[in-house]
Amino acid sequence: MNTEILGLMLMYGLVVALAIPLGHYLGKVFNQEKTQLDVLFNPLDNLFYKLSGIDPAKEMNWKQHLTALLTINIVWFVISIFILMNMAWLPFNPDGNPSMSADLAFNTSVSFVTNTNLQHYSGEGALSYLGQLVLMLWQFISAATGMAICAVVFRAMKAQSTETLGNYYVLLVRSGTRVLFPISLLIATILVLNGTPITLEGKDTMLTLQGDTVQVSRGPVAAFVAIKQLGTNGGGFYGPNSTHPFENPNYLTNITETMAIFLLPIAMVFAMGHVLRRRKLAWMVFGVMTVGFLLLCLPAVVFEMQGNPAITQMGLAQPLGSYEGKEIRFGAAASAYWAVNTTCTSNGSVNAMHDSMTPLTGMFLMLGMMINCLYGGVGVGFLNFYIFIILAVFISGLMVGRTPAFLGKKIEAREMKIAMIIALLHPLFILVGTALASHLLLTFPEACANWLSNPGYHGFSQMLYEFCSSSANNGSGFEGLGDNTPFWNIGCGLVMLLARYLPIIGPVAIAGILARKKYIPESAGTLQTDTSTFGLMVFAVILIVAGMAFFPVLTLGPVAEYFSIIQK
Amino acid sequence: MKTILFPAIRLTLVCLFFFMGVYPAIVLGLAQWAPNQGKGHLIRQDGKSYYANIGQSFTEDQYFYSRPSAVAYNAAGAGGSNQGPSNPAYLATLQARVDTFLAHNPAVKLHEIPADLITASGSGLDPDISVAAAKVQVNRIAKIRQVSEVTLYQLIAQQTKKPLLGLFGPAKVNVLQLNLALDKLK
Repeated sequence: MNTEILGLMLMYGLVVALAIPLGHYLGKVFNQEKTQLDVLFNPLDNLFYKLSGIDPAKEMNWKQHLTALLTINIVWFVISIFILMNMAWLPFNPDGNPSMSADLAFNTSVSFVTNTNLQHYSGEGALSYLGQLVLMLWQFISAATGMAICAVVFRAMKAQSTETLGNYYVLLVRSGTRVLFPISLLIATILVLNGTPITLEGKDTMLTLQGDTVQVSRGPVAAFVAIKQLGTNGGGFYGPNSTHPFENPNYLTNITETMAIFLLPIAMVFAMGHVLRRRKLAWMVFGVMTVGFLLLCLPAVVFEMQGNPAITQMGLAQPLGSYEGKEIRFGAAASAYWAVNTTCTSNGSVNAMHDSMTPLTGMFLMLGMMINCLYGGVGVGFLNFYIFIILAVFISGLMVGRTPAFLGKKIEAREMKIAMIIALLHPLFILVGTALASHLLLTFPEACANWLSNPGYHGFSQMLYEFCSSSANNGSGFEGLGDNTPFWNIGCGLVMLLARYLPIIGPVAIAGILARKKYIPESAGTLQTDTSTFGLMVFAVILIVAGMAFFPVLTLGPVAEYFSIIQK
Repeated sequence: MKTILFPAIRLTLVCLFFFMGVYPAIVLGLAQWAPNQGKGHLIRQDGKSYYANIGQSFTEDQYFYSRPSAVAYNAAGAGGSNQGPSNPAYLATLQARVDTFLAHNPAVKLHEIPADLITASGSGLDPDISVAAAKVQVNRIAKIRQVSEVTLYQLIAQQTKKPLLGLFGPAKVNVLQLNLALDKLK
């Protein structure tokens, strides 16, 4: 059998096999149950609480959780802006890189604090090592933010009738020290042993075999790449991310990094099963997510392995598939597989350039971001899915003529209003953003002349992709877009901010309101939510919301481009 | 305000110390067992050293060509072309590369050129080419270097890196190592 396909089967099989036990461990971490690692981590966590002046026993309601989350995120944002705008004179800058402009620092800070990691710069020329390391800090704690707030929703879903839902800082610290830190260390070790650098020394000069002089950028790469993959962050140390041979030196590191993309998003689903003691519900959610993922992944792999039709028409053979923007050591199949992984999970790292992929692959990548809950970002992916569950419960309730209820709580008008607003925000940001950019491009063609690196339908896709990526907090790009301009920096920055915090606030509010309500024990008339029938219903809701909202805009970009190149 | 903001600031500082200081320091410590102490894997030949993972530009006819690069193999500013599959300017660039290749390799027919030899990689630093891309250059190099084609095919076979464990991922040839071995033939 084709070794490229075998590689994909290995990656998916292994990641699911690891994510299920990891999910149970996560559940224990969130529930504060005993684990074998307590010997190590109890003293460490207590040190964190003591130094921060936090009382770990203090319980919070859902509003206090959100206040704590937003406050600490603002602190991070302020520190981030300060460091990025003063890197030139701060320490750890061996290559003498400059400080960032205000609009780029705004965009970058928002991007990393919101777990998006959209990058309108290239790391090797635009950041000092201090800048890189501070962004790495956000990669850790923005991922922990998502996990912690998702754990709050799990607790609220479990509650029979309560106000208090644990302590936010405790969940944040435990997610960081007990999950992200040890797994990142493991991944970083694998990378380092395979040749990924970690050093504070600056650029080196090398004379090539042909006699050219080349500068080679180095840095603390391995530590950075591990958490960028694990925390669904995705921001690369180098401009071209994990295509760079230092970030991703061989097929073994590629397997490791690809698995790290899916590991926590899948584990979070099983963590939910553990916290709620509802394993069947976890399998229903996992099943729906998996079907959606495969529907995007399989055709994307096929299209990339077939190659670019325009190159075939030139008379060339493409036995290995489409190779523009791809690395030989990964191959077309593993590049397409990574691309769908990274867009389904709001990770946004790349091991091949998405801009150069065949048109319909580009469409499947955008669909992954438009749906944004097929596994989804760590924590927030499940929150997005939760919204679709609420919608599906309501619609199913109406269809069978019963009061809609989820896990023993009645869903009423207030919760439905919140769910509908959150579900519609995502299309609103993407479509309005793209429409505005297109309008500006037509009205001021000279001022916007450097935006697009490609003409026609593909140029439109570049703008659409950028807003998909911002609103999904993904961070990958059709990188040919000339995006380091005030319009893209500020526009995408605002979209990332709103698209991060509103879809956190909405589900937490719904879960918090439901937690307070009276618990109605299950009876024969209760809608079963852990069945495949209900799973089908959720899938249909996702399909209708995403399909209806985005089909027209996709026909203008990738679909039109596809027909334009097969019809010559 | 004080009860909300102060713990947030203090926790941030503790996290800063731990995730920005302790964590990378541990990785840096582990790197002492890694190739070249984590400063980038080097290979040495004839008293010179090269970064093993960083691809180099090979455009001279006496060497196996490396892939085209959107950044001319600049390892301090890596990147891809980001050209879309339907872009007419991009397709014209490809056609020009095909024409150049055919001019330098008159024995090769159009449909024998593997696509990786005319397309740019994502990093612009791809250290590898496909096995087919190495084989298609044998005729040219045999003539220039006055060695038999059989020797060169054997050299490629020696330098071919099989899929991981023989099972996973594509086979490939590291261009730098192939060319270093080629220089040794003399």
